[in-house]
Amino acid sequence: MTRISEEQVRHVAHLARLAVTDEEVHKFTEQLDAIITFAEQLNELDTSNVKPTSHVLDMKNVLREDKSAPGLDREDVLKNAPDQQDGQIRVPSIIE
Amino acid sequence: MSLFDHKLNEIQSMLHKKEITIPDLVDESFKRISAVDGDVKAFLTLDEENARNQAKELQESGKTGILNGVPIGVKDNIVTKGLRTTAASQILYNFDPIYDATVVNKLREAGTITVGKLNMDEFAMGSSTENSSFQKTRNPWNLDRVPGGSSGGSAASVAAGEVPFSLGSDTGGSIRQPASFCGVVGMKPTYGRVSRFGLIAFASSLDQIGPITRNVEDNAHLLEAIVGVDPYDTTSANVAGESFAKNLTGDVKGLRIAVPKEYLGEGVSEEVKQSVLAALKVLEGQGASWEEVSLPHSKYGVATYYLLASSEASSNLARFDGIRYGYRAENAENLIDLYKKTRAEGFGDEVKRRIMLGTFALSSGYYDAYYKKAQQVRTLIKKDFEDVFENYDVIIGPTTPTPAFKIGEIIDDPLTMYANDILTIPVNLAGVPGISIPCGFSDGMPLGLQIIGRHFDEKTVYRVAHAYEQATDFHKEKPEL
Amino acid sequence: MEFETVIGLEVHVELKTNSKIFSSAPAHFGAEPNTNTTVIDLGYPGVLPVMNETAVEYAMKAAMAINCEIAEEAIWDRKNYFYPDNPKAYQVSQNDKPIGEHGWVEIEVNGETKRIGITRLHLEEDAGKLTHAGKHSLCDYNRQGTPLVEIVSEPDIRSPEEAYAFLEKLKAIIQYTEVSDCKMEEGSLRCDANISIRPYGQKEFGTRTELKNLNSFNFVRKGLEYEEKRQAEVVSSGGKVDQETRRFDESTGKTLLMRVKEGSDDYRYFPEPDLLPVYIDDEWKEHVRSTIPELPDARKKRYMDELGLPAHDAKVLTMSKEIADFFEATVAAGAGAKLASNWLMGEVPAYLNAEGKELAETKLTPDNLAGMISLLEKGTISSKIAKTVFKELIENDGDAEAIVKEKGLVQISDESALLKFVNDALDANPQSIADFKDGKKKAIGFLVGQIMKASKGQANPQAINKLLAEEIAKR
Repeated sequence: MTRISEEQVRHVAHLARLAVTDEEVHKFTEQLDAIITFAEQLNELDTSNVKPTSHVLDMKNVLREDKSAPGLDREDVLKNAPDQQDGQIRVPSIIE
Repeated sequence: MSLFDHKLNEIQSMLHKKEITIPDLVDESFKRISAVDGDVKAFLTLDEENARNQAKELQESGKTGILNGVPIGVKDNIVTKGLRTTAASQILYNFDPIYDATVVNKLREAGTITVGKLNMDEFAMGSSTENSSFQKTRNPWNLDRVPGGSSGGSAASVAAGEVPFSLGSDTGGSIRQPASFCGVVGMKPTYGRVSRFGLIAFASSLDQIGPITRNVEDNAHLLEAIVGVDPYDTTSANVAGESFAKNLTGDVKGLRIAVPKEYLGEGVSEEVKQSVLAALKVLEGQGASWEEVSLPHSKYGVATYYLLASSEASSNLARFDGIRYGYRAENAENLIDLYKKTRAEGFGDEVKRRIMLGTFALSSGYYDAYYKKAQQVRTLIKKDFEDVFENYDVIIGPTTPTPAFKIGEIIDDPLTMYANDILTIPVNLAGVPGISIPCGFSDGMPLGLQIIGRHFDEKTVYRVAHAYEQATDFHKEKPEL
Repeated sequence: MEFETVIGLEVHVELKTNSKIFSSAPAHFGAEPNTNTTVIDLGYPGVLPVMNETAVEYAMKAAMAINCEIAEEAIWDRKNYFYPDNPKAYQVSQNDKPIGEHGWVEIEVNGETKRIGITRLHLEEDAGKLTHAGKHSLCDYNRQGTPLVEIVSEPDIRSPEEAYAFLEKLKAIIQYTEVSDCKMEEGSLRCDANISIRPYGQKEFGTRTELKNLNSFNFVRKGLEYEEKRQAEVVSSGGKVDQETRRFDESTGKTLLMRVKEGSDDYRYFPEPDLLPVYIDDEWKEHVRSTIPELPDARKKRYMDELGLPAHDAKVLTMSKEIADFFEATVAAGAGAKLASNWLMGEVPAYLNAEGKELAETKLTPDNLAGMISLLEKGTISSKIAKTVFKELIENDGDAEAIVKEKGLVQISDESALLKFVNDALDANPQSIADFKDGKKKAIGFLVGQIMKASKGQANPQAINKLLAEEIAKR
């Protein structure tokens, strides 16, 4: 039984904003299916009473005092921008 | 003989006696790089002019310190202000950082001189450095073999004598595995020991920066320079700064060593097994004792790791969208097309594969079955280590199941490649420190011994590693280049 | 068929901290584009967030003020989606364990009070701002990382009127806590609305639409009014409402389709590995609770019980903390409560509306207003003169008594002086006397008007009424 279909792979690629060719869809489906099948060995373990670990160290409440400082120079903000206009970063229109 | 065959304290003594100067050290580095890096291909970017200027300034300043004036290479996923930082990815091919990572600031305070940025698997995803967008680094011991990964450039540059030490990063073995493959010393510190601010994130809950060196003592010195709580990284731990180097007493009498049977089991080559057993004998001779134990959930480590690390990566790498920095695809028809083309053209296959896996594991309807399940198994793996550390001081096993494999040998087989990290991954999942030190050779290729300690007990790990190193000569072997 | 309307609101409120939620960049409105950012806000490779303690406390404070239970453990989650105003391509928010849950706000509509449930209040980061420039959009990241709370109501609201009342009340409460300015025009308060209809008696909710681009409370009401009608027409004519997002068009007052929702968006929430959980113990909770001032409902009750104000006055005054504080200070400075209330509900807002100003931008103070009200109460000036004095005070400040003296505006109450005005008026208008005697009571008004004119408004109206009656009787 396959764990993931080509259609799902296309949907996942869309969520991840990756353009994929038909060939890639085919390859990814095969590879992801193998990896997911491999990962399903975890189902051998009963974890119904196990707390998930998000943070490996038992730390909490590390907070910052609310102090402000001047921000970056705009020049620096735009230094790496592929496209810009009027001190702002330019992208294709968000209106479709 | 190279200046870098000397340990740090010897180099400092030579500087002190004016037998050499800091510009001599930097010169040694660039000479070696121009001699061998055409073959090894460890460096992606060099910073020669700045490095030479800095050397002059430091020489004139009269500043002192164990790391002062010593050249270093930095893995290319650690951001360096004004020095191109790519994480070996096309998507950051032109990225010019406007800030320094915390470790880079700490290195500057300590007086090291960054000579350049080191090759790696793209975004630290890989075990061979073959996934770099730009070049394949080769193992100095045999140019047909991989240096390991993802910190392949960091390990190869030290093994090749281009720099006396370097920084790498380790998410599932990315410092220890290449250190093992290249016959050098690589430490993955406790999660939270070193600030991650400025480390381009792969898997935030697993990533740690650590030192790669030619010997244990230098490693301890370099780690001392970069540890500490950082107000910019709330996951960095506020534990007292420790003097690792001072505690290298050579004394392991009464030390209790655990050897997990899973680490000498199926898939581990006979020569690797024998080298570890021989190492245990050395330590026994020094007054330590060892027993076989079990880390029963070890075999689930790889699956757990790939689900968790890929999920986090799918989110961490979403920011590479061609908008604020880095590569942007041309001729995009609209915004969504811009995103998709930029990311399809900017990322390599392995990165895409993991982004896809992670996106899937987090997606609606699959989260509990994959992501949450893996987080729960992580709890079990962590507990395995806690249980063993109740009765033992360190855990010892091999770093990798086999020595370095050939370039191109397994690159098309993700699962076999992933299995390479089976002995290092659980250490990241548990968040404990682990070191790899040279412990023998197989067919002329180095083998690594992995020593794992309790949370924040790098001191003991170093003490054991140092005691073993004192009794053996493996770390003194050099590749012929 | 008659339909019942079901409305739920999602309100975003920016918190007015000094710095951003994860960085030290200033969190203030109105700077030049891309000048209030750090590498952290821009989502540069390698950066990490550090939680602003004040943002957490402000969120707790707002949650407490709307009667939420406060989480013992607050967890941060990543909400993943691509958009140019979202630099990391994920927003740090709260999914599983928000700071506050199960709260309520009490509203009053048509004299009846009603409790609207609050599902949750959570803390998150605001996004940058996009503007359109032809074929392109431009990104300004100044707003990125401003701390934001999202407040989600239960679908307890049954009419656009209730929605309006809820928003006014929520805004008043949040403003009282001083964690936000709640200025819709600056975007520090934003609202989306979910609306559906169902036949009366039906338990299940109908298919809802989500309304966006609601830039004032009035537009919320208008948008909802339009939408409940539209949905009713669709259903009545045999159609069905689609689950979609619609935007309110201010120029036509209609709602227009933005996009159809195909299933729910897949945001792939997971716990943010870069931020530790925040545990909130009782001590911390109590500390924050102690910083919450008296809220509108409590004040309203006090104004009625202790100051004897009518319910309407008490409600209107307490709608804004600024006005309520001003009112109390005016009373403390010696003004009578009812007169102070009349001015603050009448002339003051009328002036502010006409001039397009905020109270704080004028020269009116509780002290100068109280001084003027005292003169009114003592009969030194008439209400008519008071309006002149008020204009002077609100525009130029000063002391009411001094202004009255300087401009010779003192009310004339002296009978002998008034008598001259009265008799002059009667002499000049014999027809009015005749009319009055014929039972045309209005004639008195005309005479009073003549006298006020002749006395430049300074004659005491009550005294004139009395004198007129006496003098007419003599003729």
